[in-house]
Amino acid sequence: MLDGVVVAVGTVKGAFLIGREGISGPLFQGDRVPSFAIDTRRDPPRMLAGTVSDHWGPVIRTSDDSGRTWTDPEERPIRFPADTDTALAQIWQLQPAGPVDPDAVYAGVEPAALFRSDDRGDSWSFVRGIWDHPHRQQWMPGGGGLGLHTILVDPRDPRRLHIAISAGGVYRTEDAGDTWEARNQGIRAAGMPEPFPECGQCVHKIARDAADPDRLYAQNHGGLYRSDDGADTWVDVANGVPSDFGFPIVADPHAGGIAYVIPLESAEYRCTPEGRCRVYRTTDAGASWAPMAGGLPQEHAHLTVLRDAFCSDGSDPAGLYFGTRTGQVYGSPDRGEKWDLLAEHLPPVLCVRAAALR
Amino acid sequence: MTTVAVRVPTALRCFSDGRAVVHVEMEAAAPTVAAVLDALAGPCPGVVDRVLDEQGELRRHVSVFVGLDNARDLGGLATPVADAAELSILPAVSGGATPR
Repeated sequence: MLDGVVVAVGTVKGAFLIGREGISGPLFQGDRVPSFAIDTRRDPPRMLAGTVSDHWGPVIRTSDDSGRTWTDPEERPIRFPADTDTALAQIWQLQPAGPVDPDAVYAGVEPAALFRSDDRGDSWSFVRGIWDHPHRQQWMPGGGGLGLHTILVDPRDPRRLHIAISAGGVYRTEDAGDTWEARNQGIRAAGMPEPFPECGQCVHKIARDAADPDRLYAQNHGGLYRSDDGADTWVDVANGVPSDFGFPIVADPHAGGIAYVIPLESAEYRCTPEGRCRVYRTTDAGASWAPMAGGLPQEHAHLTVLRDAFCSDGSDPAGLYFGTRTGQVYGSPDRGEKWDLLAEHLPPVLCVRAAALR
Repeated sequence: MTTVAVRVPTALRCFSDGRAVVHVEMEAAAPTVAAVLDALAGPCPGVVDRVLDEQGELRRHVSVFVGLDNARDLGGLATPVADAAELSILPAVSGGATPR
């Protein structure tokens, strides 16, 4: 596997690139790398990394030569406006905006806020609408911080976005970010007295179905959900998974109704259940889930996979990749049927992104 | 005129043309640490952008020493700096622990 595919692995101590030739890195040695993107919409592809030095702060860096050289801008381009009295803590997500705006990229950050670039990530502007939302005072940080960690651009309309915040919930805009509405109806909130509040859900990750842009999947902090109406309403689809707790959820990039999760045992334990590492796949939009364990450790495997440490490479059929907090990286060339160990003994993995660079 | 020697840590010398010490000159007789950093931002904006956050606050795991004294134990960024003093920027040993 990995023919023409590059897998970028962000860890707590730098980033690594895995390709057919092997593993290279660490890039940004010593820095946390919670976010990474491989933007293939233009030639040459651009890599973007959101790095955090515990000493010198967070910065976004870009590479146009497959990760060999990186920018390190003198003035950090993602910065909160003065009137917010807020400083950037971390970039959680770097999301190319889609085919319509091939130079547009979004960044979701901590404290929960959204930035947009129209020049492939060189310069950034603050999307003020979500920052000014009256719900913001009610949001509470999850264990990882108060992060805006997921951005989904509607392929039919680039002005229509879904975002996810921990712990704030899912929000949708129809006007490129000027106004936002909470879209959490049907998602149970953990750690709150009201089971179904308007906002405050600790949604860990959302993903959009490949065939139906109004169909979304959500892995919540306890709870696995699907929406068929653009997030207006959600239904529980934790049908046959060993736990409804987990961090990532990945939609197949080409096949409708197919999504993948990695259930973890309970909010307290957060490791693969029964010491067995299994990816669960649905082919019927969550009506049922089946374990995919080929090549994955099935004894004494107490692994944790964080929300951005599982991805597809966009190929058809989808290559899938995930990294663990214990430094293993696994890859599957065939929608999860069988898995290969691509790396081990890396620092704890925060994010994994992959793309076919042909 | 006040001249202050700013010592730049190894990790930030990519933003000071490799210099370990950058001399900055200011009109004020007893500038504050903030004023010295502001003056340093002229020749070395990348250094200052990593010492202060975008709201002008000293980053949590960065220390600035005036002579042998940690500015945090004095007046913070308002600490006065005397002519011919040395101001040292250092990564605090509290950093690097990766809290999460």
